[in-house]
Amino acid sequence: MQNNTQNTSSGMSLIVKTVARILAGMIMLYGIYIVAHGHLTPGGGFAGGVIIAGSFILLYLAYGATAADSDKRKWYASLCESLGIFGFWIVAILGLVFGTYFLFNIFAKGTPFHLFSAGIIPVCNVAIGVEVAGALVGIFITFAAVKLLERK
Amino acid sequence: MIHYLLGILLFVIGLYGVLVKRNLFKIIIGLIIMEYATFLLFALVGFREHGTAPIQPGVAGKVFVDPLPQALVLTAIVIGLGTTALIAGLAVRIYEKYGTLDIRKIKKLKG
Amino acid sequence: MIDLYIWIGLMIIGAIVALEAPDLISAVISLGVCGFSLVFIFLRLHAPDLAIVQIIVETLSLIILIAAVLRTTREDTQERLSLQKVALWLGGLFFMTVFMLSAYRIAHEMSRFGHPLLRMAASYLDMGLMKTGAANLVAAVILDFRAYDTLGEATVLFTSVIGVMAVLRAVGRKKRGG
Repeated sequence: MQNNTQNTSSGMSLIVKTVARILAGMIMLYGIYIVAHGHLTPGGGFAGGVIIAGSFILLYLAYGATAADSDKRKWYASLCESLGIFGFWIVAILGLVFGTYFLFNIFAKGTPFHLFSAGIIPVCNVAIGVEVAGALVGIFITFAAVKLLERK
Repeated sequence: MIHYLLGILLFVIGLYGVLVKRNLFKIIIGLIIMEYATFLLFALVGFREHGTAPIQPGVAGKVFVDPLPQALVLTAIVIGLGTTALIAGLAVRIYEKYGTLDIRKIKKLKG
Repeated sequence: MIDLYIWIGLMIIGAIVALEAPDLISAVISLGVCGFSLVFIFLRLHAPDLAIVQIIVETLSLIILIAAVLRTTREDTQERLSLQKVALWLGGLFFMTVFMLSAYRIAHEMSRFGHPLLRMAASYLDMGLMKTGAANLVAAVILDFRAYDTLGEATVLFTSVIGVMAVLRAVGRKKRGG
């Protein structure tokens, strides 16, 4: 264990790594809360997605961004981003199919001030949250893994 | 009205950076300052005196600030990060190719 | 009201320092002063949604800009005082004066600060809860009343990320030169 931590030249000290490991889960949970309650409290898909991306980026900064398997991680981030925007389009087209117009609020409104209310707004919030989180993590990994060619 | 003028002054400072500065990163910083000035102006336009945040309406006798400019700015902030990353990536690649961030020298090397 | 002036003044000072600093890292950090002051202005103007987004986007934007600066160079471009520079300065000063004068006329015709004209938003404020069922009116506006706008913005974000990945990709550049 100790050998392992000493060998990793990239990244910050052990204290930073431990604190980041503990905090990242909580930050991500907070982001999920913000996304889920976007229609009741301040926040929503954009804010929550940014916070979720922040939790991943905290881990990257603490452990050092190695270029090793960044391609695979970038692929996952791209997948999240694409799935998010695809889900948003699906919800929009469902309104056209089952309702009257594009982005029609097809689900039941429910009782106000409850978690399951407001029709498509929570669904769209989740889709946007996934998209924004994937997008920002993808941008960060791309910047961390960029290698410049040597100039002559 | 002074609030609006201060916001426009911030916009003009960013414009000065874009027009006069010769370093690519200074130009990017100028663009970001213009972006912030726009957000500030939108938020200032929607403010209402003695109003509260537009959460949980339906309570009688409550005054809310205008939610429409806030909704416009909310999406624009995240888009701003995406475009900033795109410009910064282009600047990194330009530096890699030309070895300088000075836009005059980049023009000379182009021919 | 005086605190609002202080925060906006801090933003202006941060912007000027960011544009004039000789070191690019300190310029980027001064830009952080500008952005974090904007967070407090948003809180002061009763826009908690914007404050949540801005405080994290500002942090990420600083990380990205510092990563970009560290991969290039920290020094600002050296500039000698020349006739061209002075002419550029004078032209810029003239342009900004004209801009501020026309802005002054426009700001005169806008509604007084703190008393906006609620043309569209009045119906949102009255009918928002009944029509959408969402208690957060900003979420109701971005995802129900103006969802087309949000769909377009999500597409723009998607496109910009594709652009970043295409510009900074590592594969396919080995065959260059030779």
